[in-house]
Amino acid sequence: MRYMMLLSGTNPSTPPPPELYEAIMKLGGEATEAGVLLDTAGLLPSANGVRVALTGGTVTVTDGPFTESKELISYALYEVRSKDEAVEWASRFVKIHRDFWAGWEGQTDILQVMGPADFA
Amino acid sequence: MPDTASPDYGATKSAIEAVWRIESPRLIAGLARITGDVGAAEELAQDVLVIALEQWPVQGVPDGPGAWLMATAKHRAIDMIRRRARYDRKLQEVGRDMETRAATFGEPDVDKMDDHIGDDLLRLIFIACHPALSAEARAALTLRLIGGLTTHEIARAFLVQEPTIAQRIVRAKRTLADKQVPFAIPAPGELPGRLASVLEVIYLVFNEGYSATSGEDWIRPELCAEALRLGRLLAGLMPGQTEVHGLVALMELQASRVGARTGLSGEAILLGSQDRRRWDRLLIRRGLAALERAEKLGGAPGPYEVQAEIAACHARATSVNSTDWERIAALYVVLGHLTPSPVVELNRAVAVGMASGAARGLEIADRLAAQPALAVYAQLPAVRGDLLAKLNRLDEARREFGRAAALTSNERERALFRARISELEEP
Repeated sequence: MRYMMLLSGTNPSTPPPPELYEAIMKLGGEATEAGVLLDTAGLLPSANGVRVALTGGTVTVTDGPFTESKELISYALYEVRSKDEAVEWASRFVKIHRDFWAGWEGQTDILQVMGPADFA
Repeated sequence: MPDTASPDYGATKSAIEAVWRIESPRLIAGLARITGDVGAAEELAQDVLVIALEQWPVQGVPDGPGAWLMATAKHRAIDMIRRRARYDRKLQEVGRDMETRAATFGEPDVDKMDDHIGDDLLRLIFIACHPALSAEARAALTLRLIGGLTTHEIARAFLVQEPTIAQRIVRAKRTLADKQVPFAIPAPGELPGRLASVLEVIYLVFNEGYSATSGEDWIRPELCAEALRLGRLLAGLMPGQTEVHGLVALMELQASRVGARTGLSGEAILLGSQDRRRWDRLLIRRGLAALERAEKLGGAPGPYEVQAEIAACHARATSVNSTDWERIAALYVVLGHLTPSPVVELNRAVAVGMASGAARGLEIADRLAAQPALAVYAQLPAVRGDLLAKLNRLDEARREFGRAAALTSNERERALFRARISELEEP
């Protein structure tokens, strides 16, 4: 089962400490070596982004930042055997933020990627 | 350090099992090094799972569940070793010769348990795939110890009865104990043969999923996924081994087609008829990257790398006709030199048939038909039927597909061959 994990949150005013990056790299390495992490990357703030929208038949292109209170921070694509396994990996990921970046708050949304079985 | 429990999320049975699946291979590997006995290690690990299942629903999942499991396991291991040491002393008191036992259970080296986890895992893989065991036993033991699958799950995946798998695993562990197979990474001189044994098992698991040899399903995706995970794990542990990357590339590339190999009602769809838009681009990208890693390591390509090259030819092509069939035919020649087999030759017949015309392909297939090796192999008449149909020899083609349908033990495949027969009926 493939899951897309989307991390969003509100960064505190302090810069992310190097220990956080180290812990993220370590966990990412573990997940990669376990053969479950297929792809992951960080996302630049939405101030660098663009939104293309369709409303009432009109396509509008708007430069970021987006108005949502939480910024999308990163995505990760996992291939695991159960939703619970995905939850476990995501929990480890947010705990790292708690342990290494005081004041950070956020969430990981776990969405299952449609697979062949879902078309049957 | 069983640190303060914080119920971060509901410690349901399935949540605990998820943690267990992530942690159990490393746990068993660490315990196997302490006890020197894979069977004992697995039992200890199971004990720890039982403790977690009792405690976590009440106390919450510990903050570092992996560390908690490891610490608890260490205590259990020490207890067991002390018990055995006491038992050994008692035996000595009654005058038995205990030299060998005393040597087996020295002072426990538990503090080092967290070190060299990667090495331990690799040792565990090599012991589970030891050539002293049959390929079937290796596959079952590997799925159990490294895949973290239950006996029930393994039995279901291989479509055999649960007691059969349980017995297979018990016997395998006994064989390892009887032969006193050391919990060690093979010596350099031994490595190529031992690694081949590991790769064979992983690919066997993959193939059992990819081309289910029996039963009603054409593909059993969970076995493919399991084999891929094992392959990726091994590539992380042995990044310098060309053939490991070759095998991973091969599996990623083949798995990229899984979604396109089955129709809406579960029917089989062969490569030529697949909707290539349904191929998994991510797996193709990963497969090509793994192939590149294998190529960069250099040396003469091994059989997995060559097969991955062939799979890459398909992955890069946007249609059957734009496929580089000449390169594929040439790669099958290389593969035939590395691993001579009538099956490889049959695949070459298909490629030659595409590259140089059906008549040329049929010549090769006909030579194979004259040999007894493939007498009961359904793919031979299937390939001949296909080539004959292209040459408009419809009667013969129908006969060949009829033979293929009679020979296969996979229901989906039989339906596919029967469909070809009706397609080839005179209007």
